[in-house]
Amino acid sequence: MSLRRLAPPEIQPASFAFTAENAQWAEATIAKYPPGRQASAVISLLWRGQEQEGWVSHPMVESIARMLSMPFIRVLEVATFYTMFNLEPVGTYLVQVCTTTPCWLRGSDAVVAACKKHIHPHEKTVSEDGKFSWMEVECLGACVNAPMLQIGSDFYEDIDGPITEQLIADLRAGKAIKPGPQNSRNSSEPEGGATTLTDVALYDGSVIGKFQVQAPPPAEPKKPGA
Amino acid sequence: MLADKDRIFTNLYGFQSPGLEAAKKRGQWDNTKAILELGPETIVDIMKKSGLRGRGGAGFPTGLKWSFMPKEVKERPHYLVVNADESEPGTCKDRDIMRNDPHTLVEGCLVASFAMRAHACYIYVRGEFIREREALQRAVDEAYAARLIGKNNIHGWDFDLYVHHGAGAYICGEETALLESLEGKKGQPRLKPPFPANVGLYGCPTTVNNVESIAVAPTIIRRGADWFAGIGRPNNTGTKVFCISGHVNKPCNVEEEMGIPLRELIDKHCGGVRGGWDNLLAVIPGGASVPLLPKSICDDVLMDFDSLRNVQSGLGTAAVIVMDKSTDVIKAIQRLAYFYKHESCGQCTPCREGTGWMWRVMTRMVKGDAKVSEIDLLQEVSKEIEGHTICALGDAAAWPIQGLIRHFRPEIEKRIADFSKMAAE
Repeated sequence: MSLRRLAPPEIQPASFAFTAENAQWAEATIAKYPPGRQASAVISLLWRGQEQEGWVSHPMVESIARMLSMPFIRVLEVATFYTMFNLEPVGTYLVQVCTTTPCWLRGSDAVVAACKKHIHPHEKTVSEDGKFSWMEVECLGACVNAPMLQIGSDFYEDIDGPITEQLIADLRAGKAIKPGPQNSRNSSEPEGGATTLTDVALYDGSVIGKFQVQAPPPAEPKKPGA
Repeated sequence: MLADKDRIFTNLYGFQSPGLEAAKKRGQWDNTKAILELGPETIVDIMKKSGLRGRGGAGFPTGLKWSFMPKEVKERPHYLVVNADESEPGTCKDRDIMRNDPHTLVEGCLVASFAMRAHACYIYVRGEFIREREALQRAVDEAYAARLIGKNNIHGWDFDLYVHHGAGAYICGEETALLESLEGKKGQPRLKPPFPANVGLYGCPTTVNNVESIAVAPTIIRRGADWFAGIGRPNNTGTKVFCISGHVNKPCNVEEEMGIPLRELIDKHCGGVRGGWDNLLAVIPGGASVPLLPKSICDDVLMDFDSLRNVQSGLGTAAVIVMDKSTDVIKAIQRLAYFYKHESCGQCTPCREGTGWMWRVMTRMVKGDAKVSEIDLLQEVSKEIEGHTICALGDAAAWPIQGLIRHFRPEIEKRIADFSKMAAE
């Protein structure tokens, strides 16, 4: 486990409030859970708060605790337990590099090196232009497209050192970058073409009504003495 | 090799639309009403006969798990919770199901909930899968709009489906930690018993299933238990989505028959091991938590629960991590040790303290800065962690290291000897 604390008081903002749109969204989210179980929405609300502000602050934790009728400490526990909550300011683009074994085997060291060179020598530190910060994270679950990184909501897959440098440079220049595999792949199929799922009969509608649901025959009664 | 007509996830790669119309054309939502008309008992019976074992790692028979739910709904409602907190290193199959074939899952949720008399289901998606969550939500919205699910739907079973998400904790893939997290708490596993089927979400009877286990259910029932049971080997039936990563020429996900030889899987779908089969060093066959296998075992091992258990490893989530001879295998396992240290929830002392201790020793062993006697000590400590914690994370942290010592002890000893020789010079 890792030790996580809220940011020091001097950088905490004075207050927090959801935008009107987000407040409305929060109400709908709380309604997904049975009455009295509004605490279930805590992760979703903290996440929406982070999307709004970039990081989770002390006033945000207080505010969400009030919204959900939870003690402050319970929300604080959640904010510090789950590692996707940034407890201090991050760059506009937070670059999260997966370095767990499957990505490491495919060369995530070079991706980290590119981030060190073009963002900041230290992780979790905002770059000089204020636009970027990067961090190493544990397995992001795109292992067959390794190595990969996440920026914002999107995964950038099948990358290497130079591609990472290009992605950062393009973002810095305000250019749009394409999420997903950065080579010729569509998603998780083998590069160069799928080895399966090529039968056109799967997609022409001919499977509709092909299989009639049937109850299995009743089990044969046990013979006496068997 | 499995024929395309026997594959369940026909849009695994997203070449077709994930939308409802295209999904229907691929045979999903095809007369789902007939499935529900079988009744809960018959559905559970078919699932049992199909031999489906849970696809989330432990391989517990799905039909049997469903049968543990109370047969009558009393004052407490029943819940189905789908575990989409896919975080086991090497595993990325549920991601493809959610983003490319989400209607298999949505339909599966309806069928499974009906079989367990649940009117509500929560899908817990890992926090990092933001686009996948959005794709799944789109499918849920489509299903609501077409009145396939929801109140007064065309199937006659009132059913609400909610997409919920986490925020980056591997431990929430453990079913009781997932329930804690879903209730708005830290994801720390609960002691069992009571089991979730009695006291689960909000204290109500709950079943937690993996995405793939739920998503295959409608097809199994539609095509019959015998069809599914006829694929694979006895006690290891059906099809499975394999994720092959690491040092192969073409890493990929692929749905194949259970019990396919490991070598065939790699050669046929992944263009072989980088540098050829003889360049293979080791394979982790089922996600980070199972012990690795040296090449000698990989040569002819079959990819299913029982075959891999017989070689002291496991199928886990069927995430195959391939390492060729260029790999520093000690470093590869040390990185996993760091992963488990990072992801321990801190509740049980053996795991909280032990994962950190093992990582620190492993870090020295990567350099060789250790004593040979520490290999035995490491083995011993890993045995003290294994089986002495509330959940299986302690075991998962211990097994990769035990596997390394079992198969690559000479490598560690050589590293230590080289280091001490260098230090002496």
